Parts: sequence; C-alpha cells; structure tokens
Amino acid sequence: MLDLRGVETFYGHIQALRGVDLHVGEGEIVALIGANGAGKSTLLMTVCGKPAPRAGSIRFQGKELAGRSTHEIMRTGIAHAPEGRRIFPRLTVLENLQLGALTAAPEHFATDVERVFTLFPVLRQRSGQRGGTLSGGEQQMLAIGRALMSRPRLLLLDEPSLGLAPMIVQHIFRVIRDINETAGVSVLLVEQNAYHALRLARRGYVLVNGRITLSGEGAALLDNPEIRAAYLEGGARSDKAGTGA
Amino acid sequence: MARPLSAPAGTLRREVSDALVFALIATALALPFIGIYTVPATAGLRLATRLPDLVAIAGLAFVGRLGLGLARGPWAAGAAVLGLAVAAIGWVGLLPSREVAVFAIAAGLVVLIRGAMRAARGSAEPGAGRRTGADALADGAARLLPYLGPVLFVVALVLPFLPFVDRRLLDLAILVLTYVMLGWGLNIVVGLAGLLDLGYVAFYAVGAYSFALLALHFDWGFWACLPLAGLFAALFGILLGFPVLRLRGDYLAIVTLGFGEMIRIVLVNWTSLTNGPNGISGIPRPSFFGLEFTREPQPGTQSFHQFFGLEFSTLHRVIFLYYLILVLALVTNFFTLRIRRLPLGRAWEALREDEIACRAIGINPTNTKLAAFAIGAMFGGFAGTFFAARQTFVSPESFTFIESAIILAIVVLGGMGSQLGVVLAALLLIGIPEWFRELQDYRMIAFGAAMVAVMIWRPRGLLAVREPTIRLGRRRRGAPS
Repeated sequence: MLDLRGVETFYGHIQALRGVDLHVGEGEIVALIGANGAGKSTLLMTVCGKPAPRAGSIRFQGKELAGRSTHEIMRTGIAHAPEGRRIFPRLTVLENLQLGALTAAPEHFATDVERVFTLFPVLRQRSGQRGGTLSGGEQQMLAIGRALMSRPRLLLLDEPSLGLAPMIVQHIFRVIRDINETAGVSVLLVEQNAYHALRLARRGYVLVNGRITLSGEGAALLDNPEIRAAYLEGGARSDKAGTGA
Repeated sequence: MARPLSAPAGTLRREVSDALVFALIATALALPFIGIYTVPATAGLRLATRLPDLVAIAGLAFVGRLGLGLARGPWAAGAAVLGLAVAAIGWVGLLPSREVAVFAIAAGLVVLIRGAMRAARGSAEPGAGRRTGADALADGAARLLPYLGPVLFVVALVLPFLPFVDRRLLDLAILVLTYVMLGWGLNIVVGLAGLLDLGYVAFYAVGAYSFALLALHFDWGFWACLPLAGLFAALFGILLGFPVLRLRGDYLAIVTLGFGEMIRIVLVNWTSLTNGPNGISGIPRPSFFGLEFTREPQPGTQSFHQFFGLEFSTLHRVIFLYYLILVLALVTNFFTLRIRRLPLGRAWEALREDEIACRAIGINPTNTKLAAFAIGAMFGGFAGTFFAARQTFVSPESFTFIESAIILAIVVLGGMGSQLGVVLAALLLIGIPEWFRELQDYRMIAFGAAMVAVMIWRPRGLLAVREPTIRLGRRRRGAPS
C-alpha cells in the first residue's frame, strides 16, 4: 500500500533521512520507533510532501507521491494526525471534524461524525466546545477523529501518546486497533512509547539517526534484546514501562 | 518608590507618599515640555516660563495618582469624590489653560469611574462569589446582544425617514456605512483568514480610480463600472497575494503596508493617467435605474423627482446614496455570513488557526490565501467605487495609510471576525469623532481615550465571541455574529 524506497530528506544541509525503505501493507498496523531526533516525524512529514524527499520514491497504492504538494497527497486517501495534535483551537470540536471532512464527499458527513463520536464518546459531549479548551487526551482524540473524517485508507499517527496519562494512552491505542480492524484502515504509527506501539503493531521498524536499523514482527522486536535495552528500560512488560526511552 | 497599580492598596500614608513621588517625576518631565517655551524676540528667541501650568500639572499628577491609588482600597468612594472635584475644577475654568483643563476633566473622570466602580463593588473582594454591578451589566448586555443586530438593521432601514434626521446626520451615516463596508471587507482578510493587511486602502483606491478613469475615458456609468472596479480590485488583491504567500504575521503586515503606499505613490506620480495629486473630478453620480437626481434633466430624459412626481430636493440623492451604501454593505455582510459555512470560508478560518494543520487536512493554502485577498479586495473596490461616485472627485489624498489604519482599527476594536463588532466599532471610531467635530482637536483626545478604554476593558475587541458555524443536531445555524 505504502512503499518507501531509498528516501533521503534534508533540512537545509542536514540530512534527516538516509535511504529509508519502509513498507505498509493493506490493513496493517506498522510502528516506527526510535529515539528523539531519529527522524520519525520527518519520515511521516516526508510522506506528506513537506519536506519533500531529495531522493528515493514514495508510492501509495501504486502512485508516486514524491514531488507532489501536501494538499494533493492528503486527497489521495492518506490522513495525518500530526505531532502536537494541531487541532484548530478557536473552532469548535464539530467544526474541527467538519474541516477534516473537507476533502470527503459531503453526504458522508453525518455518518462519519457519528462514527467518530462512537469511537470517542467524550467528543460528542464536547462538540460545541472550542478545541483549545479540551484536555490533552481529548485533543488527541479530536486530532485522530479529524483525520478519520476524510475517510482515509492510510492513517499516519505521530506520537498519539505524547504527554498523555497511561489510561488515556490505552484508550487511544484500543481505538486505533478498532479503526484498523473494523474499517480496515492501514496505520503507520510513530511512537516513542515502544512497548505499546510494538504490541499494537503487526510489524515494526526501528529508526536510528535517519536509518532503519531493525525491522520485523512487532512481537519479535519486543523480545529483541537490543530493543529492550534501548527502548524498554530493562524490558519491564508492565504499563509503567510504557513511557519509552 | 512607585509600585504597580495592581498591587493591593497600602495605608493612606503610603498612597500619599507614592503620589508625591509621581508628582515629582511628572514635574521633572513637564519642566522642559510645559514649563518653558520660547517666544520670538527682537534678537532671536527668548525663553519664557509657564509656571501656573507647571504647578497645575504637578498637582494633577499628584491628585490623579492618589485617586487611582485610593480607588483600589477602602477609600474608593473618597477617590470618586476626589475625581469628581478635579473634573469640576477643570470644568469651571479655574485652571490656567484650556489644555490643562481638558486633561483635568479627563483624569478626574477616570478616577471617578474607577473609584465608583470599586465602591459599587463594596468591600467584598472581586470573585468572592458576590455578583457585582459590573457583572450584572455585562450579563444584561450579553442577553440583549442577539437583538442588537436586528435592531440596528431596522434602524438603518428607516433612518432617512426619522423625524430628527437631517442632511448632516445622513451624510455622517453614509460615511459610517462606508467604513462598515470596508471593515466587513477587511474582516474577510484579517478576521477570517487571519492575514494581517495594513494596506487595505490600496483596494479602496483601485476601486475608486477604476470607476473614475472608466467614467472619464469611456463615459461609463456607475452601475457598469461597479462590477468592473470590483474585478480590478480583486486582481490587485491577487497581485498583492502572490509575493506574500509565504509570509506571516509581522512580515506580511510590513509588505501589505508597503503595497498600500505603492499604490498611493503611483497614483500621485503617474500624472498622465491619474492627473497626479490634482485628482480626477467630474465623476458621474449613480442613477436610480437610469433616473438622474437633477433638477433639470437633459432633454429627452426624466429625472427622479419628475418620474415620481415629487418636489425636487437634493435630499433625494443623499437618501439614495444612503440606501446604496446600505445595500452594498449588507451584501458584503451576507456574503461573509454565507461563506463562513462553505468550504472556502471554513478553510479561511482553519488557515487563521494553523497553516500546517490546514495542509494536513488537504487544504491548498495558496489558493485559499489568494481567494481571501481577492475577495476582500473586491469588496474594498466596491466601496471605492461608491466613494468616488459620492464625492464625484478622487485624489490620492483620500487613500493614505491612516485610512488603512482606521479600517484595521475598526476590525480589531470590533473583535476580529465579528460582523456586529465592526458596526459598533465603526460607529465609535467614525461616528463619534465626526459628530463631535466642534470639539476640534480635543475629539482626537477623546478618540484616543476611547481606544485605550476599549483595550483595557475589552482587550479582544468589543464583541470577541465567535459564533460556531455548525451545531450538533440542528441544521439551522445561529444568529449572525
């Protein structure tokens, strides 16, 4: 579904991605883990076309994305819940969702809003409230909900657990699984919370300094001693270890 | 030494010493500015002194600071009386000069208001659960707000036929409505799309000159030129939009400011086309479906009063102009209210909030921004056409930076994005200074004081409430905001 081959991305002279190969299959959840500054967010943003890759190819459902502008890419069936949520603070929850549906057919709007409200019931209570007044967890739910409103085939999630309480993280991860299983949406998940991400994902990639150093089944990566040492703080399996490296 | 006014009130002794320090500083500052001045003498200049003024200013600083200080504490009522006394002294002319008297009145009133507000609140600390008079007032205003729009609309509709309305008031209403329309036009760019435009007057000028030149060279009338002028202005909006696409905030403001000046300077210097600073005169007045507003129509045509069998009156034309600008303004308003609910308007508001998130949901920021500039400019162009038709004369002098600043002030003071706020701000900023023209330069002091007052008590604008464009379970959307 999504295929990255030898993608190289630069910020000015600084190379952020060094020949990244990555594959997300139809209906798959793929986790991308790595330390701060490894290039995880850059990779998602490169898929979205900003910054544009300087080399390599990004193919989505057989079509080349590299070189196209962001708003075009976002209309091909990819949705992005960006890092830091980036909801529209002065618009209401419902207006945020409505904006997410800007690229979708208007007749789906009522059904899709209902679907988001079923996934995140708290958003229904908050529907008339301004986005900026929501709690961090609610904002993250809104960001994911807004991304879903465009009826994507592939959802790019950038650190959905950032700064959230463990209970909320669990809820959000459950919903991601739910979206994946019931709607068949493929998910590319960027996380520092390696334990949760790898448990949720079928496959995972480890990004170090802009290079993929490891990849494999989620469960296998969880058992990999290197990963346990680097990202799971001694390999504790409890939720308390879920804060990552 | 001096303490901020936000600190809790000290003892009476401390407040007095505080005020003394202030008076001392004020005296030091006033000495060169007010205390001494030069008079021409036989050989060069001679220094003269204005001791009474200096003493009065020092006294005012002392009393003003003391009043403000006391107004915070248990002596608030006393402060109010003090303020009243100062204002009264200024009023009856006991002070050495008019300027000092005006300052005394203004300062006295400020102290009076602050003291009275605090005294009305009683000894209870604000926020301690007791409802205050100010709260009740705000609540009442909020309840009345939904009716304000319709009431203003009805008043605007019947205004020319109200018994007390004369030519002067009608002219003023036309002026206010022109600014309301400009404010609504700029509100699209600034309030909705969040693009700070300091050169909006450029589009006003383009509209006015488009009409003037088309009328001059091709002898076209108002109605033919109106859409064309709007179109030209929109083209200029796109022209401005392209170079500033990547700019935001302060940088955008600087470039738009420069653009506004460029247009004006071109108008001044391109003498062969625009007749330079002399302007273009003899612009035709708009007709009422082909009926002119003249006493003696050209042979073979009828004029307005003949057609309707009325006694000729110049007032007809003024009333017609009034309704014309009212309709133009309402079209702008209606357009904005509608487009907020359409994808383009929603994209504008999203762009104002977060450009990166906009890209992430598939909005094309380039087109969205250009559309905002073009459409905002178009309404500026319409307003400019009206302006030219009303004045029958345009010159670059009418399109200086101060106009842009006033229009922007109307939008910001009204509350960015609020349609009703623009109306209130235009009434405040245009109506009041014009109405009190007899007060001459003092009206600008009142103008400044009003601006400062609004920014203190309503820092986000008169009406900062944003009406959502969609609500759950209700297809019909809320009242115009």
